[in-house]
Amino acid sequence: MSGASSWSFREDDSRRIQTILSGFLGESNSRTALIVDRTGQLVTTVGESPAFDPTAFASLTAADFSANDQLARMLGESEFGALFHQGERESMYLADIARRVILVVLFDNRTTLGLVKLRVKTAVTQLTQVFTEMFNRDGTSAPGVQSEFLGEAEDEIDKLFGA
Amino acid sequence: MSMINYASREINCKLVYYGPGLGGKTTNLEHVYNKVAPGSRGKMISLATETERTLFFDFLPVDLGTIRGFKVKFHLYTVPGQVYYNASRKLILKGVDGVVFVADSQIERMDANLEAMQNLYENMTQHGYDVTKIPFAIQYNKRDLPNASPIPELQAALNPGWPVTDPTKHRATPDPYHESQFLVNQEDGQWVERAPYFEAVALTGEGVFDTLKAISKNVVKTLG
Repeated sequence: MSGASSWSFREDDSRRIQTILSGFLGESNSRTALIVDRTGQLVTTVGESPAFDPTAFASLTAADFSANDQLARMLGESEFGALFHQGERESMYLADIARRVILVVLFDNRTTLGLVKLRVKTAVTQLTQVFTEMFNRDGTSAPGVQSEFLGEAEDEIDKLFGA
Repeated sequence: MSMINYASREINCKLVYYGPGLGGKTTNLEHVYNKVAPGSRGKMISLATETERTLFFDFLPVDLGTIRGFKVKFHLYTVPGQVYYNASRKLILKGVDGVVFVADSQIERMDANLEAMQNLYENMTQHGYDVTKIPFAIQYNKRDLPNASPIPELQAALNPGWPVTDPTKHRATPDPYHESQFLVNQEDGQWVERAPYFEAVALTGEGVFDTLKAISKNVVKTLG
């Protein structure tokens, strides 16, 4: 492999993930669920729209998870499958999905960590299945961008960064 | 290439600025942040120490706009240059689509440049990536300083080229950025390819956008 492996995220993938996460949010009384890929890109958000910049949030989440992964290895663990950050009112729970993406759950005092952890297990199992299927599929059938795309993208790059 | 999100119609590309400590990686991003229209860029995140040395990374998302129905975004990252932050540096390379190596032109920083370049190759290999096969550019920064090494010396040390194994690429390819120089050329009977290079003074912004334009165009070409 010469560069990062590619994968695409389709509308039917999005619908399956939305269904799983909407069910989980209802059962656990959590506010928002985000899926972030390990390279720091936001894949999708379900539930209440976050008030923060989701792009910056995604890059920090991936860095947080990766740094903790390395800490786990230093302790002799292969990984920390999940992380929990507790705030006074807002808390977040992060779980690994198929070693490629991270599920981030945002919740407040309307629920408890115990309930989130209990309900997240099923969601993680279902999401792992969906993402594993997606990663196995890609590389064979993922359509690339149209050829006209390249010329227009170059024009936009000239405009934005100065011709 | 990392991810095409057909659900949200987004394409995100990850560009990483790599290089020795105090070479000007963060300064490159700061210049981009200050010059790009506020509507086209997001918040710049810097995880730095109290003395403003990069501890983990800087991050700046830049929005290229909607092209053929896709929102195209470049995510610009820097790595910490100091040698002992290698664990963090390696993490940032995950999923990289293009690399800019920011070299410090000062003669006394040559060893630091070489060490950082070696480290880039090692970390890329450990991720299973090949720096000679992805968009890659070198920026020689601090060209305004009196102790800056001449470009031919920097090129010989940091950009000596790699052998071209693909026979379809065995043809002289002029360097579009430097007259009568070549990116691919035959030398002593062997075909050699070099990364495009740019001279810069990141503090004043000179060369910053030339580098960014070149690397982002090369990254976009890999999407097809």
